[in-house]
Amino acid sequence: MEMIRELSDFLRQFWGLWLMICFLGIIVWAYWPKNRGRFDNDAMIPLRDDDKHEERTDGGNP
Amino acid sequence: MSLVKNHEKMETNVLFLVLGIFVTVIIGGLVEVVPLFSIESTIEKVQGVRPYTPLEQMGRDIYVREGCYNCHSQMIRPFRDEVERYGHYSLAAESQYDHPFQWASKRTGPDLARVGGKYSNDWHRRHLINPRDVVRESIMPGYPHLMRELSFADIGPRIKTLSVVGVPYTPEAQAAAADDLKNQADPAADHTALLARYPKAVVGDFDGHPEKITEMDALVAYLQVLGTMVDFTEFDPKSARNFR
Amino acid sequence: MTQATMAHGAQADTTAYNTGVIKSFVVAAMFWGVVGFLAGDFIAWQLAFPFLNLDLEWTTFGRMRPVHTSAVIFAFGGNILIGTSLYIVQRTCRSALWGGNGTGYTIFWGYQVFIVMAALSYVLGYSQGQEYAEPEWWIDLFLTVIWVIYLATFVGTLVNRKENHIYVANWFLLAFIITVAMLHLGNNISVPTALFGGGLMKSYPLFAGVQNAMVQWWYGHNAVGFFLTAGFLGMMYYFIPKRANRPVYSYRLSIVHFWALIFLYIWAGPHHLHYTALPDWTQTLGMTFSVMLWMPSWGGMINGIMTLSGAWEKLRTDPVMRFLVSSVAFYGMSTFEGPMMSIKAVNSLSHYTDWTVGHVHSGALGWVAFVSFGSMYYLIPVLWQRKSLYSMRLVSYHFWIATIGIVLYITAMWISGIMQGLMWRAYDELGFLQYSFIETVEAMHPYYVIRATGGALFVLGGLIMAYNMYRTIKGDIREEQPFESPEAYPAGARR
Repeated sequence: MEMIRELSDFLRQFWGLWLMICFLGIIVWAYWPKNRGRFDNDAMIPLRDDDKHEERTDGGNP
Repeated sequence: MSLVKNHEKMETNVLFLVLGIFVTVIIGGLVEVVPLFSIESTIEKVQGVRPYTPLEQMGRDIYVREGCYNCHSQMIRPFRDEVERYGHYSLAAESQYDHPFQWASKRTGPDLARVGGKYSNDWHRRHLINPRDVVRESIMPGYPHLMRELSFADIGPRIKTLSVVGVPYTPEAQAAAADDLKNQADPAADHTALLARYPKAVVGDFDGHPEKITEMDALVAYLQVLGTMVDFTEFDPKSARNFR
Repeated sequence: MTQATMAHGAQADTTAYNTGVIKSFVVAAMFWGVVGFLAGDFIAWQLAFPFLNLDLEWTTFGRMRPVHTSAVIFAFGGNILIGTSLYIVQRTCRSALWGGNGTGYTIFWGYQVFIVMAALSYVLGYSQGQEYAEPEWWIDLFLTVIWVIYLATFVGTLVNRKENHIYVANWFLLAFIITVAMLHLGNNISVPTALFGGGLMKSYPLFAGVQNAMVQWWYGHNAVGFFLTAGFLGMMYYFIPKRANRPVYSYRLSIVHFWALIFLYIWAGPHHLHYTALPDWTQTLGMTFSVMLWMPSWGGMINGIMTLSGAWEKLRTDPVMRFLVSSVAFYGMSTFEGPMMSIKAVNSLSHYTDWTVGHVHSGALGWVAFVSFGSMYYLIPVLWQRKSLYSMRLVSYHFWIATIGIVLYITAMWISGIMQGLMWRAYDELGFLQYSFIETVEAMHPYYVIRATGGALFVLGGLIMAYNMYRTIKGDIREEQPFESPEAYPAGARR
């Protein structure tokens, strides 16, 4: 318990700073120009598993 | 940039993703919850707050069982209108023995943090059996079933369990739980030991049926103690301000 | 049923998915949805007409409300979340369920047993007395076992995946599973009286008073954040692209959305405890993070809605799409309202009133239920291999009836909540409180009637859906003209 408290006191000192760094890191990574292609590819994952049956129901109306 | 590299790993590696999520969601809890357990900075020191008597505790358990918290709060906020309507704003110390806390989040009915002593036992009994008998416009359910006999065979284990989670019941108080419960509801009993253990406890018959101990006795005993433990004529609000 | 797998076309991958158990979850979600909506509308009428409490201990509002909340959140929401998560993870990983039908059906039946035990225990008067965490200790333990199997199944399926990348919907779903496990364990630490010779059905939480309150709302708010938001966002990130047949608007935004959302949400709990005996610094922290939470929430909303960019006509032509996109719009609305209500000055008025109830229901009915309905309407023909739903007209009826129900519900609660908050703090010219409490209760009556009427419409929509689902599974297709024919608009005009 004492250790957890010390750890939390420690974290509270810098949280603003290092969370910002962490967050900026995620944004940089997500929007890094080189990564664009693979993310566009990853975004297609749900659409690549279509089989004939599902295509028929697409749009909904018979 | 090493962060960028780590990220690629994270989103292709399940273990990293699991750990990343866990660390991300635990920080907020650590920072907000853990410091509250250093009691000195969270709960102000006030005189008078004592553990509930066994009868009051049984009543409290009935309050929890019936889900009263779905409509009644027990937390007076420090606003002029609330203080005038309900009484002094609630202190953290006043719910320090509440397992579980019943501050609640909705006032379909009024706040009950200081309902103790505001109404007679008879009013409470009639109100709980059929609220519309005493408050015509009330939308509260009736609780006629509370007139059945209170089953308190397990009051000993209940008090013992509460002492384990931190309520300061002495070993004598634990041993005498069942007797204390019966004595509090019996106007003719000797209340010396009970009152020594639980100062200012209200004793007597709560439900108009002195010959038996009902769930009504217990619940009314609980309602009558709510908010009455701290004597606010001796309370120094300046010393408590730091806690709010 | 147990061997039910999808047959695939020649070009598609040949993975044999476990779909039987998904069907079970979808049927269970439909069933519990109707039960939970009915229970909710019943207690709404109780508030308008108290004789409906029937003077029986089992049917009082205090015992019925946990039945309603658990039925809609854990039974309806939980079944659709678990069901769709196990569907999405298989589809986006191109991998069958880890443990196959064995783990699948263990989770399914275990979860149903949990629901029934919880609901029965509330009605019979066993409760831990903490909102949304009412089940007693041994029911909690039972759920923990089921949840660990669920986590293992989900993670195991991720590990077995054939796609290199883990699709972002799974991130949200994984965060939901992990965080709910953490919250459940943290908030339900209690000591049973049975350890000291007492009954099996009673326990006391380890924490008391202010600490108990903080842990409870850390749990309670993140049940909203991770059960009712992150999990359903996972559904959004799969079913909206799927139904629209186009990828999500910005995959990169979804990554930022994910990390920002799960990080910020955890801090917001103390806004449930403004002006209470919780220390001020905690309240301020809770408020700050709640306001910041508005940004990732709207990032997610934009991502969901803009997925339709270039295909807006689907909103007219496809009522299933309308459910999905409206749900995201409601999500945007309630994630704006939420941060606003977490500001202390606003909260001082709104807290303890019906405004909170209205806010919850704009999220619960508009967002959670609508995104579930849309996903179910998409899934039902796919899972049962039907050409289409029985009737798209019925979907449209469902949409409009439920939407009118929600509008009645939340506007009634706005008015009654703000009115009650103002009446509580009103003073007359002599400086006395102007209204007794019971006068404020009386003033609520018309709005309680309107709310319950809105709720009844929502139930009606649920029944229409159940009927449509039944006929679809039976294999019927209704002869009908769609309300909004795509041919009515020239193709160019639609873009």
